[in-house]
Amino acid sequence: MNADALVNMAVEVPENPLIPPIPELVIGLVAFFIVFAILAKKLLPNINRVLEERRSQIEGRMEEAEALQAEAQQVLADYRAQLADARHEAARLRQEAQEQGATLIAEMRAEGQRQREEIIAAGHAQIAADRKAAAQSLRQDVGKLATDLAGKLVGESLEDAARQSRTIDRFLDEIEAQAADTTKAEAGR
Amino acid sequence: MSAETMLAFDTQCHLFIPGCGFEAPGLHSFVFEPLFTIGGYEFNKPMLLALLSTVVVVWFFWAAFGRAKVVPGKLQMVGEAGYDFVRRGLVYDALGKKEGDKYVPFMVSLFFFVWIMNLWSIIPLAAFPVTSVISFPIGLALIVYIIWMSLTFKKHGFVGAWKNLSGYDKSLGWVLPLIMVLELLQHLIIRPFTHAVRLFANMFAGHMLILMFTIGSWYLLNGIGVVYAGASFVMTVVMTAFELFIQAVQAYIFVLLACNYIQGALAENH
Repeated sequence: MNADALVNMAVEVPENPLIPPIPELVIGLVAFFIVFAILAKKLLPNINRVLEERRSQIEGRMEEAEALQAEAQQVLADYRAQLADARHEAARLRQEAQEQGATLIAEMRAEGQRQREEIIAAGHAQIAADRKAAAQSLRQDVGKLATDLAGKLVGESLEDAARQSRTIDRFLDEIEAQAADTTKAEAGR
Repeated sequence: MSAETMLAFDTQCHLFIPGCGFEAPGLHSFVFEPLFTIGGYEFNKPMLLALLSTVVVVWFFWAAFGRAKVVPGKLQMVGEAGYDFVRRGLVYDALGKKEGDKYVPFMVSLFFFVWIMNLWSIIPLAAFPVTSVISFPIGLALIVYIIWMSLTFKKHGFVGAWKNLSGYDKSLGWVLPLIMVLELLQHLIIRPFTHAVRLFANMFAGHMLILMFTIGSWYLLNGIGVVYAGASFVMTVVMTAFELFIQAVQAYIFVLLACNYIQGALAENH
C-alpha cells in the first residue's frame, strides 16, 4: 500500500464515527438475538432446573444428616446412662460383697469361739468325770485295801458293811481334811 | 484475507525507509475493507467477529449447560460461576429476586455477548474490539431503551409514565419546569446515548492505544529504532493486560446500567 492508497483510505472514512451503518447494526442485533434466544429458551432453564434440583438435594441431605446427628446423640446419651447404671450396680455389688464378707468373717469367728469353748467345756467335764470315777474307784479300792489290811492286823472281820463304810468314810474325810489343810497352808504361805 | 481487510495499516513501511512515514492510527483504523459483498451489502471483519461472538457464547454455554448435571463438571462449574455473577451480582442486586428473575436471561446474554465482543481486542488474528464500532453498542442500547420505555408505559400508564420520565414532583415549586425539561432530556436522549457511547468510546480508545504502540513497534523495527520498538512493545503488552480488565469492566457497566434503567422504570413515582 502506498501513500496514494492511504489517501484513498482516509477519504473512505465516514465523517462521524457515531453514525452507525445499517448493515452492521442489523448484524449486531441478529447476533445478539441468537445468543438471547438460545440462552433464554434452552440453556438457562436447563441450568435453573439443575440448580433447583441440587438445592433440594442438598436440603434433603442436610435433613438426613441432622436426623443422623440426633440419633447419634440419643444413642450416646443412652450409652452413657447405661454405663452410669452399670457403674452404680458394680459399686453396689462390691459394697454388698464387702458387707457379706465381713458378716461371714464375724460368723466364722463366733463359730470358732463357740467350738473352742465347747471343746474346753467338754474337756473340763471329761476331766471332772474322770476325776470323779478315779476318786470313786480309789475310794472303793482304798477302803477294801484298808479294811483287808485292818482285818488282817486286827484279826477281826469287819463284815458289817455299814460299819465298814462308816469307818472308810471317816478315814477318807480325815484324809480330805488333811489335804485341805495342806492346801490352805500352801495358799497361806 | 489480505492485510487491507484484516489490519487496516501498511505493513511495508518502517523507520528510515524512504517514501513513507509513520502512519498514526485514527478513525481509518476502524474501517475495514469488506471481506465480501452480498447483494450490495458489504460484509466486513467486525461483522464476522460479531457473529463469531455469538458462536463463542452459545458454544460455551451449550458445552457448560447443555447437559447440566446436579454434580457439575469443570466447564459447568465455570458457567455457573459466570451465570451467578450476573444473576446475583447485577440483576438481583438492582431489581430484587422477584422482579429480577424475568430479566436474568436477557442480562446474562447481554453481559457475555458484550464481553466476548470486547474480548476480541486482545485475541490474536481478531485483534479488534467489535464494540469499538458504534453500530454494535447502539443496537444493544436500543434494545435496552425499548424494554425500558415499554416497561415505563406498561407500569405507570400514559400519564404516569411521563411523570416518571420527567421526574414530576409538585414540591419542587417554581424549578419544576426546569427539572422536567432536564429529566426528560436525560431519560429520553442522554441516557440511551451515553449508554451506547460509553461502551463504544472506551473500547475505541483502548483499541487506539494498543494500535498506537503496536504500529509504533512495527514501524520502529529498523536500525537503531529496534531499541525504541522494544519499549513500544512493552507498552503494547501492558496496554493489552489493561484492556483485558477494561473489557470486563465495560461489559459489567453496560449491564449494570441496563439493570438500573429497568429498575427506574419499575420504581414507583416519587
